[in-house]
Amino acid sequence: MEDQLLIKNGRVVDPANNVDEVLDVLIVAGRVAEVGHVSPAVQKSVSRTIDARDKLVTPGLIDMHVHFREPGDEEEETIASGSAAAVAAGFTSVVCMPNTNPAIQYETDVEFVHRKGRQARKTHVYVMGSITKDRKGEELAEMGMMAEAGALGFTDDGRGVQDPAVMRQAIKYAAMFDTVVGQHCQDNSYGRDGVMNSGYSSTILGLPGMDVLGEEAMLWRDIQLIKGANVRYHAQHLSTAGAVDLVRQAKAQSLPVTCEVTPHHLLLTDEAVSEYDTNYKVCPPLRKQRDVDALRQAISEGVVDALASDHAPHLQSEKELEFLAAPFGIASLECALSLYIKALIDTDVVDWPGLIRMMAVNPANILGIDKGTLSRGKQADVTIIDPNEEYTIDVNTFQSKSRNCPYQGWRVRGRVEQTIVGGEVRFERSKVSV
Amino acid sequence: MPISKSHLRTTKRHSGMIPHIKKKHKQFQWQRKHLLGLRELSREEITYILDTAEGFEQISTRSVKKAPPLRGKVVVNLFFEDSTRTRSSFTLAAHRLSADTLDFSKESSSVSKGETLLDTAKNLEAMGIDIVVIRHTAAGAAKLLSKNINACVVNAGDGFCEHPTQGLLDIYTIRQMRGSLEGLRVAIVGDIAHSRVARSDMWGMTKLGAQVTFVAPPTLLPPDVRQLPVQISYCLDEVVEKVDVINMLRIQFERLGGNAFPSIREYSRYFGLTVERLSRAKDNVIVMHPGPINRGVEIDSKVADGPNSVILQQVKNGLAVRMAVLFLVNQAAAQT
Repeated sequence: MEDQLLIKNGRVVDPANNVDEVLDVLIVAGRVAEVGHVSPAVQKSVSRTIDARDKLVTPGLIDMHVHFREPGDEEEETIASGSAAAVAAGFTSVVCMPNTNPAIQYETDVEFVHRKGRQARKTHVYVMGSITKDRKGEELAEMGMMAEAGALGFTDDGRGVQDPAVMRQAIKYAAMFDTVVGQHCQDNSYGRDGVMNSGYSSTILGLPGMDVLGEEAMLWRDIQLIKGANVRYHAQHLSTAGAVDLVRQAKAQSLPVTCEVTPHHLLLTDEAVSEYDTNYKVCPPLRKQRDVDALRQAISEGVVDALASDHAPHLQSEKELEFLAAPFGIASLECALSLYIKALIDTDVVDWPGLIRMMAVNPANILGIDKGTLSRGKQADVTIIDPNEEYTIDVNTFQSKSRNCPYQGWRVRGRVEQTIVGGEVRFERSKVSV
Repeated sequence: MPISKSHLRTTKRHSGMIPHIKKKHKQFQWQRKHLLGLRELSREEITYILDTAEGFEQISTRSVKKAPPLRGKVVVNLFFEDSTRTRSSFTLAAHRLSADTLDFSKESSSVSKGETLLDTAKNLEAMGIDIVVIRHTAAGAAKLLSKNINACVVNAGDGFCEHPTQGLLDIYTIRQMRGSLEGLRVAIVGDIAHSRVARSDMWGMTKLGAQVTFVAPPTLLPPDVRQLPVQISYCLDEVVEKVDVINMLRIQFERLGGNAFPSIREYSRYFGLTVERLSRAKDNVIVMHPGPINRGVEIDSKVADGPNSVILQQVKNGLAVRMAVLFLVNQAAAQT
């Protein structure tokens, strides 16, 4: 560990402390020692200085929704490869989803993920546990013991808990542990075999659709279920205008509801499926332009709490199947930041502090981890970003094992220069061999 | 480029073994080595296939029912879904053009386990095939194939998406009866939501100037159907009197499980083409059905076998249309 690290002259964006100005950040023994103008004497004594002129210095970014596929599908991603991808993308903390094979459903599974994360020595690797055994939506998994082992929340992500009686019990029970309950809002009754959004595009392509009502019906149900339950509820990867409207209404009633949105649903519509390119097959599916507009609007109003990549790596051989047969998911971790910039900053939906709020401050609060700020004394997770550097997304440069990314060839901006985790520089762009 | 009406139905001047393409197409060059659907075709391209098919029609009436243009070529029927009529028709069409054929059927439609569609196709291609005729339960399967193999790909039905040769033979049959589709009113009745025939008919017929009405219960209409270039009706009784063509789709009994309608009896009551309903139609109304028919369900036997029915004519024309398609894609492949 570098004992003293000085990040000089960067634009420090630390929304939790209302900081947005050119300052120095001094890290000592893995913690933030000072954010301000560091004296020349100290500048001389530090073991390393990073010149962050014209760069952004932000609290370490947090991606609260990734699939690292371990255990079970290590050919698609491992916790090690995913962690390398995470730091290359500026994420100092990630939360793995439990839809592995087998699912994360015992305390030992949680410990396994943590151990693999520590061994990778890249990013902080957290995990959510399953709500139900084998994610079948029938019997509760051992939520208490998983929480004790450090699971940051629960979800059956990949599918929603269909049975309202099961979800009611899960919500009531989870109130004991002060962890967030997540939901992949999708009531299968509204399109059981669907592979894309239900609408004009699915009609033209002759593909079975998933109705927006499936997402909205489950979210509405869950919002009713949490009333009086004293539990925090987090709606994962919302995609429809109606869904963010439900969150807006729930927040107006001060219900403990938060939500996240992925880059896909902020940038793409179901028209992108036109050539049956399975890289656009994602769940929830790409919706219509009015949904994209509604999500951006909700972000501008502060209705959306977090941005999450929903990084879902898959083998090329699986994605080369018929659209009906191919798996859902997009490998997006390593372009996520640039995609958010394109969707939200370049369109004046939010400014940098607003973006960092959704990429660090709010995720930390939802997850209940002591992160997301550069306050003095905090563990030094810091991301240094060159906001203006343009580049072309090239899946072949990904640290991730997978290449299923529809953004290949997109011209974007915003690159991560350094990622500092616990005071240690874990990623440095200048050291990446091209 | 629209073709003026006066140029349609010019005299046939066939000479030799290969049909003579009419004068009006002098400037036109067919360039597609795949036939994936009618949505992507222009009016001119559709007309060109139909005219080519006209030239092939007479081969079937000769004593020696064979012409040489595909001699030495191999056509594979790659069918992942049951079909008797379409596969037989393609096989016969290929044989009439002197091609060798290979039948390759697979029961399983889900190829996520075992050999993938692309692997199957590439294996066949390694054997030196020229044209793949594919039917598959997955929409987009033909397109997927066309992007990944060198052989020509002809879509013989993919999921609910398209069945272009059926669309073409339907159009061919109407044109044969009426000279043109311009201004004709066509009703397509039945399970529109799950019908590739309805979609191919819609794209092709509207491009040739027909007005298409989908007649179905709302439960058998696809999402956002009102954005399609068609009219919608829930009432066959209202539509039957006004149209020139009625195309009855086969009703799939498995739709009952999805509660698309309460019973066959009730479906027939509202959407069956009965003798009584037909009696209120125009005298010269054309009755079509892509087959196989459910007698007494969507269509009465007397209607199916009656004077307005062209159901067997459709089957016959299917052969000429498929010969034209195989001929044209092969020709386009040879040019590239």
